[in-house]
Formats: sequence, C-alpha cells, structure tokens
Amino acid sequence: MSSPDLIKLIFGRLTLESLPLHEPIVVGTFAVVATGGLALFGALTYFRLWGYLWREWFTTVDHKRIGIMYMILGIVMLLRGFADAIMMRAQQAIAFGGSEGYLNAHHYDQIFTAHGVIMIFFVAMPLVTGLMNYVVPLQIGARDVSFPFLNNFSFWMTVGGAVLVMASLFIGEFARTGWLAYPPLSNIGYSPDVGVDYYIWGLQVAGVGTTLSGINLICTIVKLRAPGMTMMRMPVFTWTSLCTNVLIVASFPVLTVVLALLSLDRYVGTNFFTNDFGGSPMMYVNLIWIWGHPEVYILVLPAFGIFSEVTSTFSGKRLFGYTSMVYATVVITILSYLVWLHHFFTMGSGASVNSFFGITTMIISIPTGAKMFNWLFTMYRGRIRFELPMMWTLAFMFTFVIGGMTGVLLAVPPADFVLHNSLFLIAHFHNVIIGGVVFGAFAGIVYWFPKAFGFRLDPFWGRVSFWCWVTGFFFAFMPLYVLGLMGVTRRLRVFDDPSLQIWFIVAGFGAALIFVGIMAMLVQFAVSILRREQLRDVTGDPWNARTLEWATSSPPPDYNFAFTPVVHDNDAWWDMKRRGYQRPLTGFKPIHMPSNTGTGIILAGLATAMAFGLIWYMWWLAAVSFIALLVVAIGHTFNYHRDFDIPADQIVRTEDARTNLLAGAK
Amino acid sequence: MSRLKTLALLPLAVTLSGCNFVVLAPAGDIAAQQRDLVIISTVLMLLIVVPVMVLTAVFAWRYRQSNSSARYEPEWDHSTKLELVIWSAPLLIIVCLGALTWMGTHLLDPYRSLGRIAAERPMDKARAPLEVDVVALDWKWLFIYPDHGIATVNELAAPVDRPINFRITASTVMNSFYIPALAGQIYAMPGMETKLHAVVNHAGTYKGFSANYSGAGFSGMHFAFHGLDDKNFDDWIARAKSAGGSLDRVEYLQLEKPSQNEPVRRYGSIDTDLYRAILNMCVEAGKMCMSEMMAIDAKGGLGHEGLNNTLPLAYDKYARRGTALGPEPAFVAGTCTLEAPQGQTTAAIKAPTDTAPLAGAGLKRPAFAPLRSSDSLFLGQRPKSDS
Repeated sequence: MSSPDLIKLIFGRLTLESLPLHEPIVVGTFAVVATGGLALFGALTYFRLWGYLWREWFTTVDHKRIGIMYMILGIVMLLRGFADAIMMRAQQAIAFGGSEGYLNAHHYDQIFTAHGVIMIFFVAMPLVTGLMNYVVPLQIGARDVSFPFLNNFSFWMTVGGAVLVMASLFIGEFARTGWLAYPPLSNIGYSPDVGVDYYIWGLQVAGVGTTLSGINLICTIVKLRAPGMTMMRMPVFTWTSLCTNVLIVASFPVLTVVLALLSLDRYVGTNFFTNDFGGSPMMYVNLIWIWGHPEVYILVLPAFGIFSEVTSTFSGKRLFGYTSMVYATVVITILSYLVWLHHFFTMGSGASVNSFFGITTMIISIPTGAKMFNWLFTMYRGRIRFELPMMWTLAFMFTFVIGGMTGVLLAVPPADFVLHNSLFLIAHFHNVIIGGVVFGAFAGIVYWFPKAFGFRLDPFWGRVSFWCWVTGFFFAFMPLYVLGLMGVTRRLRVFDDPSLQIWFIVAGFGAALIFVGIMAMLVQFAVSILRREQLRDVTGDPWNARTLEWATSSPPPDYNFAFTPVVHDNDAWWDMKRRGYQRPLTGFKPIHMPSNTGTGIILAGLATAMAFGLIWYMWWLAAVSFIALLVVAIGHTFNYHRDFDIPADQIVRTEDARTNLLAGAK
Repeated sequence: MSRLKTLALLPLAVTLSGCNFVVLAPAGDIAAQQRDLVIISTVLMLLIVVPVMVLTAVFAWRYRQSNSSARYEPEWDHSTKLELVIWSAPLLIIVCLGALTWMGTHLLDPYRSLGRIAAERPMDKARAPLEVDVVALDWKWLFIYPDHGIATVNELAAPVDRPINFRITASTVMNSFYIPALAGQIYAMPGMETKLHAVVNHAGTYKGFSANYSGAGFSGMHFAFHGLDDKNFDDWIARAKSAGGSLDRVEYLQLEKPSQNEPVRRYGSIDTDLYRAILNMCVEAGKMCMSEMMAIDAKGGLGHEGLNNTLPLAYDKYARRGTALGPEPAFVAGTCTLEAPQGQTTAAIKAPTDTAPLAGAGLKRPAFAPLRSSDSLFLGQRPKSDS
C-alpha cells in the first residue's frame, strides 16, 4: 500500500489543510482557548484535583451534581454562542457602503449556523435540563431519579455533542446551512465538506442524551413521588417538567430519524431529500419542524414552571388557578404538535392548510394567555418581595407578551408572507427565547442557587446583570423588529442601503450591554463564592418558600431526605411549616443509594470518538469505537456493585450537624 | 377600518418618517392587503396585551411588600368568575383573529388569481396578465418573459396596474422570491413550481431579493423590480430584444454555474422550452425530465430495468462530490433526446409492445436500452469524484 493511501486510510479526509490556519480570527481564538485550557489543566494537575473530579463529579450518579454540571455546561457554551452573536452584530454593523466587513462568507455563514445550534442545543437545553435534574427529585421528595446511571450517561452524551461542535471550530469547519440545515443545501452536492457532518453527529450524540434524560425524568415524576403527592398536588414546575419530558420523548426521535435520513443521503447516496430520483427536500422541512416546534415548548414550559414557583413564593401567596395552570400546560403540550407547518407557510401549501396551522398556532396563545393572567392574579393581593428571581419574572412578563404578540402576528399566514425569514422573525424568536427561556433559567438559577450551595448569590452584581440584560435585550432586538418592517431579511452578510446602518449599530450596542450583563453574572458568581460566609443560609429555606425542596438542608445531603416526607397539600412545605412540622431527630435507618460509575463518561467518550471517525471518514476509528461501545455497554451489565447503603450512624451525624446549625441560627 | 389604520400608523409615521418602511407602505395591492392584516391583527392583540402590561405594573407596585395598606390574602387562589374571564378574553380575540385569518389566507393565497387591481378598482378583463417565469440560480435571479420571448438576469419589470402571474422554481437549492413592495414572498425550490399572483400600483423601482439563505453568494442575490407605465414597459422589452444574445440550453448551463453579485443581463431571444426543462431538471440533454419520470411511474414504472437507466453525472455543478460509501453521482437517463423529443421514438428506444400498465416486479417488462453517455452533451470521461 502506498503511503498516501495509508494516510488516507488512517486520517480519512482530515489533512493539514483542514485546519483553519488561514483564518486569523480562528487561530487567535484557538490560541486563547488553548492557553486557557492548558492553564486549567495545569491548575487541576498541580492541585491534584483530577482524582477528586473523577470520583466526586465525573462518575457521579447524584442528580444534584449532574444538574450542576448541566448548568456549568450551559453557561460555558453560552459564552461561545454569545461570542458568535457579537461577531455577527459587529459584521452587520460595519458591512455597509461597499465594505465587506471583517468576515468572509465562509466564516460568517458558519457563525450564524453555530450560534443557532449552540444556543438551542447546548445552552438552553442544558440549562433547562440541569434545573429539572436538580429540582424535580427534590420537589417530589425522591432520593434520586429513577435511573441514576442513565442520568450520568445522558449528561456525558450531551457533553459529547458539545465537544464535537466545539471541535469543528479548530478541526475542519462547521455547517454553512443555517441552524436547521435544510437540504438540498445541506446535502452532499452543495455541502460536501465536514461541516454538515459535524452538525449531524453533534446533534445525534447529544440527542441520545436528551431522549434518555427525558425517559428518566418521566419515570421519576410518575413513579417516585412522595406519599400523598397525587398528580394534582405536584408543584407546577414538576408538572411543566413532566410535560416537557413527554415532548422530548415524543419529538426527539423524529429529529434522530430525520438526521439519520440526511446522513444516509450524505454517506451512502440514498435520495430521501434530493430534488431528483424521487426525493423531496420538503419532507425534511416537515420532519425537522415536527421536532422543531415542540422543541420550543420543551424549552419554555419549564421556564413557565419556574415563573410559577417564583411568583407564588415571592408574593407570599398560593398560586392562583393551579388547576387551570396544569390544564393550560397540558393543552400547550398537545397543541405544540399541531402547528409545525407555520414555519413554512411560504413554501406553497394551500390556503386551507395554511389557515389550519395558523389558527392552531393562535389557539396556543389562549392557554398561554391564561397562564399570564394566573401569574398576574397570584401577585394580586400578595406581598411581593422584589428579590432577583421576582425581578426576572417581572421582566419576563413584560417582554414575553410582546414576543407572544408578534408570534401570533406571524401565525397569520398573509402577515407571515411579508415577515417570514425577515429580521422581524429573528426579533420575535429572540424575544420569546431570551424573554422566556433565558430569563426563566436565570430566575431559576438565582432562586435555587442557595439550595444547591448553601449561600445566596450576591444581589448587587445580580442587579447589575439584570438591568444590563433587560435593557440590552430591548436595544438589541427592538431595532430588528423595525428592520423587519423595512423588509430586511435574515442571514445577510453585507448591505447596500446605508439608511439601515444606524439600526444595526443600535442592535450592536444592545449586544454589548448583554455582554456586560453576562460578565456581571460571572462576577456575581465569583463575588458570591468569596463572600459566601456573609451570604450563608443555614435554614435551608432562605426565601420562605412553599415546595418540598426547601424542607431539606442546603445543600441537601446525598440522600435528599432522611425520611420521605408525606404530602397533604399543593404547597407541601408551606403546609408543613403552617402545621408546625418538627424535623425528626431520631430513628434513622440505613438508606439504599446507587454507586458512582465511570461507564457513562466512557460510553459517551466512545460515542464521540465514533462520531468523529464518521465525520472524517476514518472508518477504522468509527468501527473500533462502535465495537468498544458495545463491549463496554455489555460489560457494564455484569457490574454487580451498583448500590450501597448509607449506614444509619452516618445519617445521624449528618442530621445532627444540621440540627446544630439550625439551633445556632436561632 | 382605514381610519383605524391611519391611527395605528400615526405614531410610527411621526417617529420614523425618515425610514423606508416598505412592508408598511408597499406599492402593490397584495402587499397592501397583507399590510392591513398585519395592522389589524396587531391592534386586536393590543386589546389584551396592553391591559396585561398595565396590570403587571399596577399589581407589582400596589402589592409590593412595603405597602402594608394593600390587602393581603395568602390563601386566595381560586375564583371561577375570574377564570372564566381569563380564558374567554383571549379566546374571543382568537376567534376574531381566526376568522380574519381564514378569510385573509384564502383571499391572499399566492396561487389565487387576482380579484381586483386595487381597492375599489375591479379587474380589467381586456388586459391579460403578464406571465413571468422566475428561476433562482446560484446566486442570481433569472426572469423569463415567455410572451415576449426575452429573459433578464437580476432585473424585473412589469407594467403598472397589470396583473402579473409568476411561476417560480430554482436550479439547485431553496431560495425565497420576495419583493416587499409588491407582494409577500414564496419559496423557489428546485424541481418544484410555486406561483404568485400580484400587481404593482405605483411606478417606481423597488428591491427584490432572496429571503432564504442559499449559500455563499446569498447576500448579493438581489435584483431591481421596476414598476413602469405601459410605454416604458414596451421600451424596456424592446431594449431587451435589441440586447441580442440568446438564452438557449447551452447558454443556460453556463449561466447556471455559481457566481456572485452578477450585473444585469438581457437576452433578446429564448429557448421557449427552457423553463419547462429547468423545472423538470432536464436542461442537460440526455437527462430524463421529472415529468416523464412521473408519467412512467404513474404507469407502473420501469421495474428492475429502471435501475440500469441511470448515467453518471459528469457536469460538476459546484465542487460536487459523491458520497463516501454510496455510488457515484448519477441521473436518470432520458428516453428521448433533443434530436428526438417526446412523443417520437429513436432507434435506441423500443416502445413497450404491451401498453398495459406495469405493476412491478415479476411481470413482463418492455425491452429497454438506456442511452449511452457519449450520445449526450456529456462528452468525455466522467470525472472520478475526489472524495
């Protein structure tokens, strides 16, 4: 065998030219990332933290730690996704009057694709999944999720997807297709490079994690609720999580299948989505939106749940209209499957089809509106404390109604014909995703942070971050509504109408404000850790809250609850407090718990390696990883050391420590 | 209604009079009606959005913790009357909006022939609509005027107040044909045809572009749309005619190759069958048209022999490469050629002796010999794909 053939056999289509050495921006980024990564690696090695991380975090099956790792992943990826956003805003603000800006099409087109993919799959999804993972078992009085090992595996699969997307920045390139990769553009004929393959395999690997985590949380909510917690006594956040996970389990397989069909087209020359040979690209568009629209509700329903918890807690009042809130959530869940075509009214469906999907879309606004009123009347005759979570909730209520209104407007097909794919649409979905999902995730982070770490987040830097985010949001996206009405379409790299420039500059200013908001949030974390003694909460219930997670200590012990609580009311903890609940101090029994295992991270690592092999046509790597994947997975079924008992005397020690703390606080 | 419209537009008009809000102030009747729907829907929704925002602010302020004079009812969590109101108020709005949507969507369906020239101006039966065939290419727009026998690139013109019937397709990937001043957009998709009916009511030059990202040259994929009076339109046609140049299949295959920021081009004559060939993806001679394929399939298909009826794709459109594990790129060979168009048989093709529809495998199939690639325009060896 000649040596070029051998090299091709080993490296597939990966060559030195695949490295973007000719792109100074990418090389600079790589230098920064590599330096930072080396520094982190060095620090971890120097302080001998690798063993600790492996034992206590990477291999953990504790839902709380996995939840925290999801949040860290989401925040790290937020920085990458936001860097993309700033680059786009800068390009669009300067590329006027014959200027090409500073990004060429090859680079710019990857950036807007990566921005969308990262923000949805690797920022919003981890933040939402992380909060559900952390909070749901505590809220229902469970000791962990139903399948703790699966939970660890799901998390690492999500990380695997994120690693692939990040790797595309420095090895090869990312897709240049837009975040949903419509064929024929994403098919092999027009995107022959590795970009779309990174996209496919990044999402496939992460998608496995998301689907399994959905199954896990459904089981947890259905099977592990504390005695007395009937379905209609579940906290609203748990309800919205249940609906979200039902959506995940029902819709992510569609994404998996549609991406599998696209990869068949790209790898073995089938013709599902080609123009000729009987294929149809519109089939892809339908399928991907059958996943894509529920995905929007997957993200926003848990946020609705967070707002419900926060509004009720900080108004010091029972949630208004619990039953109608639950039914509204369920109705949204079902309707979210009947609206997907509104993403492509302009592809030539008939008037009756368009009207049907337009009207079903509008109908969703009825339960959503009802929710909005329910929050409003929860505040009514309450005692509202303007702590940070409540501020995020109010900001949500003001911004989300605007986003909802423009959304219903876009659901009117004739209006959509003039606004589809315009910057108006961009403004709309950022309006609902930032105003809904991101503000919700931030409210959730500030709200539950003291539960996870035993101290609150610093309120000053929190407020700085809040005001920068909220004003930055309006500065960044209101100009886009305006530009949309001026007929400016999305994903443009250069402009020739100079009168548009001022709006892009304003939007760029807004993005800069959001940047300050993100930085302030990082400062907030750092300051809070430094000032943790002043911010310490020993009661476990710093907000005078209402649901079960606040009944245990902060941070909760590994076993969450020494005794499984018994529930008599929707607001279980509020009810316990009202009836003068006494913590049991004696009679502890050993608690049966799952053991940590490294199998999850190993399997996910192998899956990622297999995906990398498939992306670069390194068939040997794909084959070896796949076989190893099977061997490890089967091998794991012979692992009989899956569980252990926390001895009663250890529980006594933990609980006594808490008793002392509580006594000291009084 | 028009007063409502003016009222709603007033604050916008005052603050932003310096900008060109083409979506809110279009030049065509269809776009104007779409604009009306945008405004009416917005006003309808503001009926509920404004109270919600005001109530949020009022409640947040009134029930703040420091205001101890406000009533505090921590256990109050249900009111059937209030529930009825909060479900029925959005419902009523949506019923209104839904009715509007149903009517508006049908009236403004891009496939529907125009019902009027403008508000209060009925159709003029004597003026036949202008036919324009639109092809989105990588990355430019081709406009074919079949009735005038001309074609232009990146420039479109139409007479004022004369209905225009667009037939729209694309050569390779998806684009969206959009002239905000004229009418809403519709996708241009390869191998598929969409339609748009519109009319321009005011003379002027307007922007048109692709509203769906289609690759590297997407930003430069725009064109000028001229609304002209009849005389200027005739002059414009004459200018195109005199430009010379003929858009035949060979020329089209050159034009179709990817290029960016193309200047305006005009062709004085066209191959009248070109648009049909583009739509059916068979401009390259020797390639079977999709319409033929569908006709054959409707008859039951060619059975297993159809598998042999593919030829390798020789023409490298745009860094086109094959799949890693699959076959080389290929196309379905035509059963008729340029020299022997549809309906005629050549020596190479034997017509089926049995004209009964075929039902698939196991049945008697017609003798069939595919064309050879050397018979077609694809001269030379097929390139080895370099992947």
